[in-house]
Amino acid sequence: MKEWSEFAVVNHSVPRGDGIAKVTGSAIYTSDMVVEHMAWAKVLRSPFARARILSVDISAAKNQPGVVDVLTGEMLNGLHPYYGHGVKDHPLIAIGQVRFVGEPVAAVIAEDELTAQEAVGKIAVEYEELTPILDVDTALAQGTPRIHETDFADGAFRGFDDFPGASGNICQAVHVEWGNVDAAFAAAAHIAEGEFYFPMVYAYAMEPYVAIANYEAKGHLTVYSSAQHPFMVRHDLAQVFDLPLNSVRVIVPYIGGGYGSKSYTKIEPLVAACSWKSGRPVKLQLSVEEAFLTTRGDDARVRIRTAVDANGHLVARQATIYLNTGAYAENSPMVCRKAANRIVGPYRIPNVKIDCLAVYTNTVPASSYRGLGGAQVTFPAESQIDELAEMAGCDSVEFRLKNLAQCRESIHPGLRPMDADVPGDVREAARMLGMDRPLAPGHGRAVCCSASDAGAHPVTLAMVQVYSDGSVSVLSGSTEIGQGSHTILTQIAAEEMGAPLEKVRLVGSDTAVTLFERSTGASRTTTLMGRAVLEACREAIAQCKVMAADVLKVSTDQLVEVRGGVRCGDTRMTWPQILEKYFQMEGCSIIGRAYLRKAGDLTMVPVFWEIGVVGAEIALDEETGSITLDSLVTIGDVGLAIHPAMTEGQDLGAATMGLGAGLFEELIYDGQQLMNGTMLEYRVPRFSDIAGNIEMKLMQNRDGVGPYGAKGGGEGAVNPVSPCIANALRQATGVRIRRLPLTPERVWKALQEKKARPV
Amino acid sequence: MNIRFVLNGKPATLEIEPRETLAEVLRGRCRMTGVKISCEAQVCGSCTVLVDNLPVSACTFLAYEVRGKRVTTIEGLADETGRLHPLQQAFLDHFAFQCGFCTPGMILAAKTLLDEKPEATDAEIVAHMNGNLCRCTGYLPILKAIRQAATELGRKK
Repeated sequence: MKEWSEFAVVNHSVPRGDGIAKVTGSAIYTSDMVVEHMAWAKVLRSPFARARILSVDISAAKNQPGVVDVLTGEMLNGLHPYYGHGVKDHPLIAIGQVRFVGEPVAAVIAEDELTAQEAVGKIAVEYEELTPILDVDTALAQGTPRIHETDFADGAFRGFDDFPGASGNICQAVHVEWGNVDAAFAAAAHIAEGEFYFPMVYAYAMEPYVAIANYEAKGHLTVYSSAQHPFMVRHDLAQVFDLPLNSVRVIVPYIGGGYGSKSYTKIEPLVAACSWKSGRPVKLQLSVEEAFLTTRGDDARVRIRTAVDANGHLVARQATIYLNTGAYAENSPMVCRKAANRIVGPYRIPNVKIDCLAVYTNTVPASSYRGLGGAQVTFPAESQIDELAEMAGCDSVEFRLKNLAQCRESIHPGLRPMDADVPGDVREAARMLGMDRPLAPGHGRAVCCSASDAGAHPVTLAMVQVYSDGSVSVLSGSTEIGQGSHTILTQIAAEEMGAPLEKVRLVGSDTAVTLFERSTGASRTTTLMGRAVLEACREAIAQCKVMAADVLKVSTDQLVEVRGGVRCGDTRMTWPQILEKYFQMEGCSIIGRAYLRKAGDLTMVPVFWEIGVVGAEIALDEETGSITLDSLVTIGDVGLAIHPAMTEGQDLGAATMGLGAGLFEELIYDGQQLMNGTMLEYRVPRFSDIAGNIEMKLMQNRDGVGPYGAKGGGEGAVNPVSPCIANALRQATGVRIRRLPLTPERVWKALQEKKARPV
Repeated sequence: MNIRFVLNGKPATLEIEPRETLAEVLRGRCRMTGVKISCEAQVCGSCTVLVDNLPVSACTFLAYEVRGKRVTTIEGLADETGRLHPLQQAFLDHFAFQCGFCTPGMILAAKTLLDEKPEATDAEIVAHMNGNLCRCTGYLPILKAIRQAATELGRKK
């Protein structure tokens, strides 16, 4: 492995490859694009959460000047209109019935957006209202009708690794068990038990969902989309339209935020069907209000109990997690699996029993939200660790240190052993936060942690093209969603090829050009795509060596590799010189490639454990119940930071998202209607919410399977923030709140209740 | 209706519908796609442009209101030689963006503060920027970038 001192480009905070474009306004996002002869679509959405569609009268809309065509669920003959990578339960537009308020019922395709919008208002739909099933308890109750009356075919990824399946209104059920929890609880010294609730949240990617589709009569489909996972979208589109993979081209320009909300397929099948129906390229740009009605995070009700023995060692944890998955499965089966795994945390617990149910309801479909179930379960899990420390009469940091798994220790039987120094991370966070300093009145402090089985399924393919003028292109199917992948992948190529960074270019996610990458999520890109790019460079170098040996008439073992080329005795040749000599022509290039799959050191899941360690000091205004963040510390346990500044940026961004769910964010339903689905009413963190003192630190133990020992980041820090705040509030006031967000009203009420309680 | 205004230093004459917003006109007709549309309710600040050097939310500002005025978008911020404005450079130096969708609005909003008050304190920066949302960065890098630009612009004054 390379020594630290050898890094010329990697581990340096180089300028972002997309920087100039993003500060000058020249970065093009899908929402900025237009294509020739393009028409615009607008969508009519269901006003009912559960209803049968009796009739749709489109005549007035269709007759409006400027309208090109109208699409409804009755016009999909010849298509396979249900899609979904886990469960194929999602019609691209409502067919016969609607399952949530906001579900697309019809789409108008017109010469311009305004005409399409006007015509949408002229469509008359007759519904037969059915009793909506709006919460998990109702959905699970005996006698409640099924939200999906049929069992749907499995998507491509059900049964593959993480989707065991279920039926009825249970979309997915996951059971995790080892040891004997009953015996352990019976013998325990202290047991903490409680029910917690993590709210329904909205990721608010600032660029709402948008796609442009062009279905050509000869059966070629081209789609531009703000999608995180273009290859998953391609898969669904190929199935819907029954096209070969090489006839579906998905191109992803810059993406205006995702945080999981743009993972997997969203509006692309609908837009493609609009193009298929109308014979025109079609653009559909959702508004933020429509995006609220497209995807949200699963809210979670968690019953959890955890036990310690007389020595303060954790002995058992049992939990039942109910996820409100909404009307369609989307990625909730995976959220379900991950929530079940992640509630254990980075601890050594000999007896564990977890049940997690993802339950269909007639609400907006839930899917990935930064950290895939991690935030939902770390709130109860880490709140309860503090409760137990208190019962055991132990300092909360010491209690954690006593129970955290050491590096290489197994925390989940059958999964990869811990590949991080979590005790070291927690100790450092406690030191940075100054846990032993005296507290001002109304202040509280806490450190929390999480361990997420990250990386998803490791299938990642990459190419590098090495040109005879010394320039290099990296062809990567990972999407640049702001995390900086386009920068760090070029850093790795520059490092390996010995090329100046400015001569390395990134050719990004175009399924007709770049090789398959399963997804851009689960914090995998640095680890998997980074490693694939490194290996592709090594393969290109191996080819260059063979060429050099041929040119120099020597054997390859007489060549010594130096940075950017080879040496043979006194002769030095750079890679471009070798290519030019070998081909005897200017302008040639060769391709190095790498195909990562679940094999070798990537056989064991997870690809890596993503560790979240955050410390926070809060200040409470007892009069109003308002909590502000005084201090925030984050630890990024990333193995090696390819780009330290951007890695810290991921931690702070994730922690800030955790702050939102901890203090402000919650989607609120009143009956079947989402009441606060606008940015006027949905409160996300603002400038004035950031902590007065922020300190971030990277732990670089080179203990990951990624390039140079790197591991991923970006999702870990979201998880521990809300329990940190809840635990700090407990420390400051003695009040324990088990429901987020900790709004002033909720906190104030809890304080009043405590005051009213007889001592 | 016909309107004349100055767009990024150059005179512009456009035929518009009275109902059209400034964001629609700038993005659609002028192809100034650095004007980003998100909340459409004056909450997020991503569509911020300058009208006679004052920040407005172009998503809800009628285009006809810029008659005879000077409109500046992010595309007009670098000088004629292409040299970046100190704020643009500072955003690069501090990695003050990730996805970049809020960035044009952030930079333009910050410019109006620093034009008036290059010596702005942190509290003043936070108060001024509170109408611009960023979902990626957690704001601190943006604060640092604005501080750096403030120092640099203050020195020039």
